[in-house]
Amino acid sequence: MPQGDYIDLHRKRYGYRLDYFEKKRKKAAREVHKRAAFAQKVLGLKAKLFAKKRYKEKATMKKTIAMHQERDNKHKADDAVPTGAMPAYLLDREATARAKILSNTIKQKRKEKAGKWEVPLPKVRPIAEDEMFKVLRSGKRRTKQWKRMVTKVTFVGPGFTRKPPKYERFIRPTGLRFTKAHVTHPELKCTFNLDILGVKKNPNGTMYTSLGVITKGTVIEVNVSDLGLVTPGGKVVWGKYAQVTNNPENDGCINAVLLV
Amino acid sequence: MVHTLLLKVWQSTWTRKVLWRCRKATAIVNEESNRQRSDGRIRARGEKETGILKGHAPGVFVMAIPTGSRPQSKNVIARLADVEGKSLGPQLDLPHDVGPPELEVLLNSLLQNEDKLPYTFYIDDRELVGELGAHLLEHNVSVETILKIVYQPQAVFRIRPVTRCSATISGHSEAVLSVSFSPDSTQLASGSGDTTVRLWDISTQTPLHTCPGHTNWVLCISWSPDGALLVSGGMDGDLRLWNPKLGIAVGGPLKGHKKWITSIAWEPAHIQVPCRRFVSGSKDGDVRIWDTAVRKCMVTMTGHTLAVTCVKWCGEGLIISSSRDCSINVWEPSQGKLVRQLKGHGHWVNTLAISSEFVLRTGPFDHTKKKYKSADEMKEAALQRYETAKGSVPERMVSGSDDFTMFLWEPTASKQSKARMTGHQQLVNHVYFSPDGRWIASASFDKSVRLWDGYSGKFVATFRGHVGPVYQISWSADCRLLVSASKDSTLKVWDMRTRKLKEDLPGHADEVFAVDWSPDGEKVASGGKDRVLKLWMH
Repeated sequence: MPQGDYIDLHRKRYGYRLDYFEKKRKKAAREVHKRAAFAQKVLGLKAKLFAKKRYKEKATMKKTIAMHQERDNKHKADDAVPTGAMPAYLLDREATARAKILSNTIKQKRKEKAGKWEVPLPKVRPIAEDEMFKVLRSGKRRTKQWKRMVTKVTFVGPGFTRKPPKYERFIRPTGLRFTKAHVTHPELKCTFNLDILGVKKNPNGTMYTSLGVITKGTVIEVNVSDLGLVTPGGKVVWGKYAQVTNNPENDGCINAVLLV
Repeated sequence: MVHTLLLKVWQSTWTRKVLWRCRKATAIVNEESNRQRSDGRIRARGEKETGILKGHAPGVFVMAIPTGSRPQSKNVIARLADVEGKSLGPQLDLPHDVGPPELEVLLNSLLQNEDKLPYTFYIDDRELVGELGAHLLEHNVSVETILKIVYQPQAVFRIRPVTRCSATISGHSEAVLSVSFSPDSTQLASGSGDTTVRLWDISTQTPLHTCPGHTNWVLCISWSPDGALLVSGGMDGDLRLWNPKLGIAVGGPLKGHKKWITSIAWEPAHIQVPCRRFVSGSKDGDVRIWDTAVRKCMVTMTGHTLAVTCVKWCGEGLIISSSRDCSINVWEPSQGKLVRQLKGHGHWVNTLAISSEFVLRTGPFDHTKKKYKSADEMKEAALQRYETAKGSVPERMVSGSDDFTMFLWEPTASKQSKARMTGHQQLVNHVYFSPDGRWIASASFDKSVRLWDGYSGKFVATFRGHVGPVYQISWSADCRLLVSASKDSTLKVWDMRTRKLKEDLPGHADEVFAVDWSPDGEKVASGGKDRVLKLWMH
């Protein structure tokens, strides 16, 4: 039998002390003062802990009060008109991923000519040649050192055939060849796995562009025909540029962001 | 002039050979192409007088069709019939080298038309374009039975296809959701996502009035058939009336619907002028009839369990509403009783079209741009236009649905469908009867526009060319052209005769949500997500 409930038992039998509730009320009323005095006096770590505890208490208190008052609160009328108006026949339909129309085709063409794009990654880390290429030794005595192996991810077109080894200066290892990229549409905020069509520009140099080396910051062309983008003339857009945002050689995949 | 005497038709080269002979003795005269004398002699215009044609009593009138110098080898027995299947006149013994012009002359005189009207001729739903013999040979038509040639009157006026963008008017600050020309083609209104209705000056192609009032997107607008009022329905569930001449609101909002308005239709002008009543359908499933004079909802018709997608007020006085609960209801407007429920669709019903919709929309106004002084005159004219457009058959209605099919109904006559039209591979978003009721065009999300026979519902042609879902279509008033608006930011004009793309109209920078061809055929207006209104013309 538990020994601790004798007070309850006594209360059940004889009731509370006559001044019990009075004392309790006074104690509770005094509590705030006591706490304030403590808060003023306390120093150091204890002060810190106390302040933190008090802060938490107050925050929960405020939250509970707000919760209780929610019904009575005056809400500001929600009169802002939502953007993205749709005709009645499109309302309630499953919103398909919306493709932005390329209104800036001309601008894009001009940029293409200049070879400059307004890209999300304007600056890239320059990659030195000895990081990009590994020198391969060849010849019977392994003394010739004219062969290079690309140590970065490359894109090799589908019609590519290797040259005979005697003439093959650059080797692009098959393990680092990629054909697909994860391309994010910046406005739709969704990512598609798209085919790579080619390397448009590698910021480290034209030679890397022609080799199809893909490093961080490289502009690649991807096949966006599934996205349903259309030109102002009403034609389906096929290829579109994207900039690589990760280090593909480290990550084993290509992440890119579409340039719209 | 028709005489109940023997008719013989002679070749104009005057070989005295009887070309065709009507079985039932009827003689026809065509004053313009041939002349004859009361003594039975015939002389073709510009030719020398020829010999007396034997076999006619004096005073007999004869028509000769100039058929060139080709020798006549084969003849076809044919019968002319109108689109409803009523045959006209006697059986005819036609030579092989007659073409539409000759048939037109013949038909005009058989019908005793005072003015010559243009007609097109169809054999087994194929249009006769060249010579009859060549057509029969090409399409392998049997000549064993009596050949039925269906004639179809053409509009006496011709609308030129729109080819260029004449103006790009900005003004709306959000997507343009609906555009509509007034019935008399003098005004243009548009509703937009920026909560305003705007009226545009067509002649100067500039903004005219801005009508603020709605508190949310303006989803649909509709002109009264007499052109005196414009009503707009919004996302906020309110309907507002506007005076299109002054661009001001007529009173406050008409409240009642609990959710957004999806469709508005006015009472036809031949029932009441000045137009007072209109019907609105809403997302909340109600169909309400409003009276603009007392500014109250007269009848509320609750029967649909889901959103109402389209309402139409048909010429025979009934209201038809389609809903996302897969049903189409026919209501009686005075008390709001359900007359019949048309069932058949397996998914949302998106859109409705009535065969006389174009006439109901334009009311008394036609291509002659006649002005009316009084309301009675207007009503009379509207009734006359409606009667001629309707013909002798009951009004037909077509419904397009999310189950990729369309149904052809006669809502005033029966609850059974006349035909089920399958072929689309995606949902049907918009259907539209041609102004003469002969064709149905349907726009679908499968990037195609399809053409169907308006009487039988048979498939006729597909128009492919859009690279995105087709949202809206609009007919030209002469039924010879069709314009479609698509998500791919273009408008395309299709030719009904060649069944091919006539014009490609790029120019919008984004999806085109709404398109309307003005009833007089001069202009096409379109609006879309790029917030501009474009006017297109020849």
